[in-house]
Amino acid sequence: MLTEMQGNALRLVDCDRRAVDLGLTRGMTLADARARIPDLVALETQAQADCEFLEALAGFCDRFTPLVALDEPHGLILDITGCAHLFGGERGLGNLAGRAMQRGGLKLKAAIAGTPDAARACARHGLGGIIPPGQEEAWLRPLPTAALDTDAETVIALSRAGLKTLAHLAERPSETLSARFGEAMAVKLRRILGHEDRRITPLRPPPDCVVERHFAEPFADTASLEAVVVRLIGEAARVLEARGEGGRVFELGFFRSDGAVRRLALETGRPSRDAKALLRLYRERIETLSDPLDPGFGFDAIKLAVPLCEPLDTPQHSLDGRAIEEEAVADLVDRLVTRFGRDRVLRFAAQDTHHPVRAAKALSAAAPLPDAAWSAPEPQEPPTRPLQLFEPPQPVEAIAEVPDGPPIRFRWRRLIHDVARAEGPERIAPEWWRDGSDEPMRDYYRVEDAEGRRFWLYRIGFYEAGNNPPRWFLHGLFA
Amino acid sequence: MSETASTLSDLRRSLSEAALRGGPVAAGRIGLGVPALDEVLNGGLARAALHEVYAAEVADLAAATGFALGLALRAGAADEKAGAFSSEAAPGSREETRNGSSERSILWARQDFVDAEAGRLHAPGLNEFGLDPSRLLLVRARDGEGVLRAGAEAARCSALGAVLIEPWGEPRPFDLTASRRLALAAEASGVPVLLLRVAATEAPSAARTRWQVRALASRALEANAPGAPAFALRLLRQRGGVAEREWRVEWDRDRHRFAECSLFDRSFRTDHAAPLSRPLVPLSGDGQIAADGRDTRLRRAG
Repeated sequence: MLTEMQGNALRLVDCDRRAVDLGLTRGMTLADARARIPDLVALETQAQADCEFLEALAGFCDRFTPLVALDEPHGLILDITGCAHLFGGERGLGNLAGRAMQRGGLKLKAAIAGTPDAARACARHGLGGIIPPGQEEAWLRPLPTAALDTDAETVIALSRAGLKTLAHLAERPSETLSARFGEAMAVKLRRILGHEDRRITPLRPPPDCVVERHFAEPFADTASLEAVVVRLIGEAARVLEARGEGGRVFELGFFRSDGAVRRLALETGRPSRDAKALLRLYRERIETLSDPLDPGFGFDAIKLAVPLCEPLDTPQHSLDGRAIEEEAVADLVDRLVTRFGRDRVLRFAAQDTHHPVRAAKALSAAAPLPDAAWSAPEPQEPPTRPLQLFEPPQPVEAIAEVPDGPPIRFRWRRLIHDVARAEGPERIAPEWWRDGSDEPMRDYYRVEDAEGRRFWLYRIGFYEAGNNPPRWFLHGLFA
Repeated sequence: MSETASTLSDLRRSLSEAALRGGPVAAGRIGLGVPALDEVLNGGLARAALHEVYAAEVADLAAATGFALGLALRAGAADEKAGAFSSEAAPGSREETRNGSSERSILWARQDFVDAEAGRLHAPGLNEFGLDPSRLLLVRARDGEGVLRAGAEAARCSALGAVLIEPWGEPRPFDLTASRRLALAAEASGVPVLLLRVAATEAPSAARTRWQVRALASRALEANAPGAPAFALRLLRQRGGVAEREWRVEWDRDRHRFAECSLFDRSFRTDHAAPLSRPLVPLSGDGQIAADGRDTRLRRAG
């Protein structure tokens, strides 16, 4: 027995068979039900958990067809166009799904029809089963008007008018129906009776390319698992090659015999259909899984989907080996991205700003680098920017010449550094359009201490201005 | 049909990869640009090998980083001096390798802790050191093991110009076996692998050479401004060669080479006639620069 807070009272939202036999109905308040049956077991509904379970179930059904849509709260709609023959026809598919659900302790009521709405109405309000093509109207006419899924008031209004079944409605001209109850109802009726088809919105968008293997017996052996993956990858590569495309994302679905589905995604930096490189990525991915692939009682299906494809011409090898080198580096980047994650394999892009921190942006190497050239350093000058930059800058204590001389001595990380050489100040103004006008100006100095270590220090504030003494920060280290 | 095509392209690829690997550059050495140093090294650092660079102290990390980066850049650039020592370098191939390999990517695997201790890599600084930042591939790893994995993976890729591996301290995975593996990978791919060690004591390894780097006072420019990066190098170990020698070098960014600097001869390389560095001019005239009348009053701040 499940309850839910509706308005101000706890009401029953779902009852099991025994409760129904005892005369309890949905919508009854829990207090009423308790008055009738004192030792009632009532639990609160968990809509979130229900939803998650339904989604997991949808993932399971992915083995039948890639087009699975949720029909909340308790249903799934599968578009099995062109799939049924793989499972022994529609009847075979229905039996297979029924048996699978039964194993998981669920009771399946299923219907197969020409349109999703017809099948749904048949499963929810009829007896279920397989409606032969073109027979939707004949089968579904006897269903009650509740099959239209409108609110209770409309159903009552219809029944007051003497319209109790879909047949009664279908006999009326649709103009009068839509005039009284809205166009939506007329459309719904046409759909249920199979006069009009609609597309379902699948939970997972259908991939551009899918290859899969189903096994008569589940198996759990890692070596044969990899052998299957190798064949799938090879097959997908051939399909992609024939189309002149390459995949950016490859998704492997491992369907366990107990219904659990594990999905692994492989991403590549550029479209690819190189079976060897993909296999390396797969191995890398398997190796870096935080929770390893658990075969349980074995997998009974494996599916490789390519959700994202891009045009890829047959590679033309140039004579100087330049393209091959670039490709080898891109392969390496893919492997590193698979192992370490997108945000850990980086390239630097130049930014048009004088702000020291913003002058470079670290971007993921998985995406192509924006084309911004770095300005060539001025010849015969020493580097004016440090190799390594502290972010945030580290405060230091410094003694400096007034008003704006370089520091003479400073203390950083408890060590005193005596400055032997210095250059500056290089004044870097804040970017008021980004930082706001409160950000203080910075005077940067390149200094070298007595031991030859080179630092980049800056001062905020001036010695003369007001009472606040200026503060010194260490921002970077030169080689 | 498609299978034969892919076999054919695989063969083509392996052929051209073999050609890349077996070229005169791959077999050759990386000249540092300092004749005295190159002589001791028999013509330069072996290219297809593992080399270790130790920072003398933690505070010398920036200097060690600079030296290792310099080596990586030298590995990318063909050296005019290299021909004098290595007999394999055919005259025709040199120009080609300069164009080909100087633009190869450099992979830098860095442990997160180094970023916290010594600051992040700063792309404009790399640019001013002579490395075009778009050539750099940075892998940030959480721990020593990750750094080693990334480095080992990269060392097998013959399309890279150099691989820099920078762990912090002495992570457990960096043992003799790991260094042998890196050295073997470097030999197979022909890519120099530079292991940058900081806060670590020397340990037996399969490295061909081991360096210790200390920061060195630079040659002052006009107005006592710090000059080009300078390093005090110490060759701690060289397999099958002389070791325990010291040099003082500075990095010549414009020519992508090291140059020896003598401690006593401050006027070293005056023939070069470098235009003297100007003091930098402030961007806005808010605070006045102290002109000639240097105020010598000192104040404590911070």
